[in-house]
Amino acid sequence: MKKIATGNKAVAEAVKQIQPAVIAAYPITPQTEIVEQIAEFVSSGELKSRYIPVESEHSAMAACIGASITGVRTFTATSSHGLLYMHEMTNWAAGARLPVVMANVNRSIGPGWNIWAEHTDAMQERDTGWLQVYVSTVQEAYDTTLMAFRIAEHNDVLLPVMVNLDGFSLSHIMQPLDTVETGDFLPPMYLPHAIDPKNPAGYGGLTGPEQHFKFRWDIERSMRDSVKIIDETEKDFANRFGRKYGFTEDYQCDDADVVIVSMGTLGKEAEVAIDMLRREGVRAGSMRLRWLRPFPKLNLKGKEIVVIDRDYSFGFGGVLAKSIQAQQKTDVFSVIAGLGGQEVTYEDIADFIRKRRIGEEFWFGVNDHV
Amino acid sequence: MISLQELDTIGEIPQEEYVLKCTSACAGCSDSLALRYVLKAAGPDTVLVVPACCTSVIQGIYPNTAFNIPVYNIAFAAAAACASGMSNAFRATGKKTNVIVYAGDGGTLDIGIQSMSGAFERGTDFLYICYDNEAYGNTGMQRSGATPMGARTTTTPTGKIDAKKDIDAIIAAHNPPYMATAAAAYPQDLFKKVQKALTFRGPSFIHVLAPCPPGWRFSTEKTVEIGKLAVKSGMWILYEREFGKLTINPQSKAAMKRPVPLEEYLAPQGRFKGIDAKTFETLRQHLVKNIKKLSAEEAEE
Repeated sequence: MKKIATGNKAVAEAVKQIQPAVIAAYPITPQTEIVEQIAEFVSSGELKSRYIPVESEHSAMAACIGASITGVRTFTATSSHGLLYMHEMTNWAAGARLPVVMANVNRSIGPGWNIWAEHTDAMQERDTGWLQVYVSTVQEAYDTTLMAFRIAEHNDVLLPVMVNLDGFSLSHIMQPLDTVETGDFLPPMYLPHAIDPKNPAGYGGLTGPEQHFKFRWDIERSMRDSVKIIDETEKDFANRFGRKYGFTEDYQCDDADVVIVSMGTLGKEAEVAIDMLRREGVRAGSMRLRWLRPFPKLNLKGKEIVVIDRDYSFGFGGVLAKSIQAQQKTDVFSVIAGLGGQEVTYEDIADFIRKRRIGEEFWFGVNDHV
Repeated sequence: MISLQELDTIGEIPQEEYVLKCTSACAGCSDSLALRYVLKAAGPDTVLVVPACCTSVIQGIYPNTAFNIPVYNIAFAAAAACASGMSNAFRATGKKTNVIVYAGDGGTLDIGIQSMSGAFERGTDFLYICYDNEAYGNTGMQRSGATPMGARTTTTPTGKIDAKKDIDAIIAAHNPPYMATAAAAYPQDLFKKVQKALTFRGPSFIHVLAPCPPGWRFSTEKTVEIGKLAVKSGMWILYEREFGKLTINPQSKAAMKRPVPLEEYLAPQGRFKGIDAKTFETLRQHLVKNIKKLSAEEAEE
């Protein structure tokens, strides 16, 4: 069904389609509309979920964990400080192998208070064992939320999935949205370790070093296995509903001499920059990274690489730039841009490519010129 | 009225054991003693949600467990929120499974108070049991909000200056359908209260006094004796509140009329050794005030 929706509304529409048994969430700007829309769907009866209006994000994730371990679908949404506040429990959800799905509306971290887009919030969760995907359009936010449940619940994965969408520049932007009937795209959930009073077991108790080590490895093994499951799920989604995504969205990369890598809405902006540069005769391409975890093997051999990071690891560098540099075993031009919702136009992005200095790091809006 | 199974003798308590032998509890532990009766009262269709506390240690090391009931261990601050999700999930799928939080005083009065308050305010269908050994026992007896004034812990080496937090008043302010105090030294009373609590829909709360031999510094055979002295001295008052209506247990009524001297309760406990006269007097006045407050509340009704 065709409609017009914001990124937030698209996420809520996807949740309505999935009908999780339990939803627990706490409002935070700019995620609030997801929570409000879900509450409306619940009160109108369109969404049959039990909605728990928890008193904090820490409790939101704890409630999802408590519900999920009984073997039912759960969902939550948060942003920024909310995500950091639940950090203890995001680790718990992954360690307990629970397929919780969460939308995170990317926003910067204080102080000072800044409610605009930045990826630092989710980046601080990247080592928790969650799968992370970053979307760039309203339709993609919807489609990816649907796929997230199937991927998380697949018994070769059983890890939580975080769907990231940029605060305001996607959460509050209106675009066309085509909703679907998922049908048997999403099979019934089966949690092999669900709590069963008829078969009592201890969960998450004291664990010695040897066993703990095995559990950690098991998370990594599933993370590796999830590559295949993501691929299968995305292909099946494309077959059924006609929309294809993948680990990266590549735009004019095949014959490109230089490729700019980014995530989220900046990746869409970059495509406009590529069109501009192509008209100037520059053979440039854009690679928008969708899945940050598991981190895919990127095909960038023989290209010059420019990376935009909407995040920063102090004392180290842009997280994406450093990751790509390590994987490709080559220097990149690292651009730090868009922090705290800083405006980055396609013209700015074209400039990053035109004036690239491989091996250097550039803070857009801080250093005078590229 | 809720009809209760009459229990004249302890022999009528079910024979089934859910706390099996080989827990790693200390000798004379009140936590495992109380839990034994809690689970007998709750029966097999129960999930225990346990935050970081002595109970997360005494259940044993993976892959073994000494509890013959599903136990979900969760982070320190998160027990009530986790139980809230679990209870909602069970009810959403038509299951009546009891969801019981079994948490220490740290996880209840201190780090877990926010999620507990939230779960009570939202009317979560669960039973929250706080077993109170009046300090952080799991980490070796540091002070908690439940440590009484004058008691020595590893972080109050000369005795606690502040008074014990009145968690029962805080819970009462949430108006749960049922709340009670109990003590590991009175297992029949605890058993009855757990059974009763589980008949209510919505949140219920039981605050269990759990004397701790190594923490309170008394010899292990005295656990029950110390627990009884807590009640007989009026330091711990056994009661229940059903939809706000207070009923004080007969044992406590008797004690409130003619309490044994407070010294008799404090003297066998090493943690109160060397308590100064002023602190002792303040403690005693707290006790008298509390007796008056509860007597007045009961008389009013």
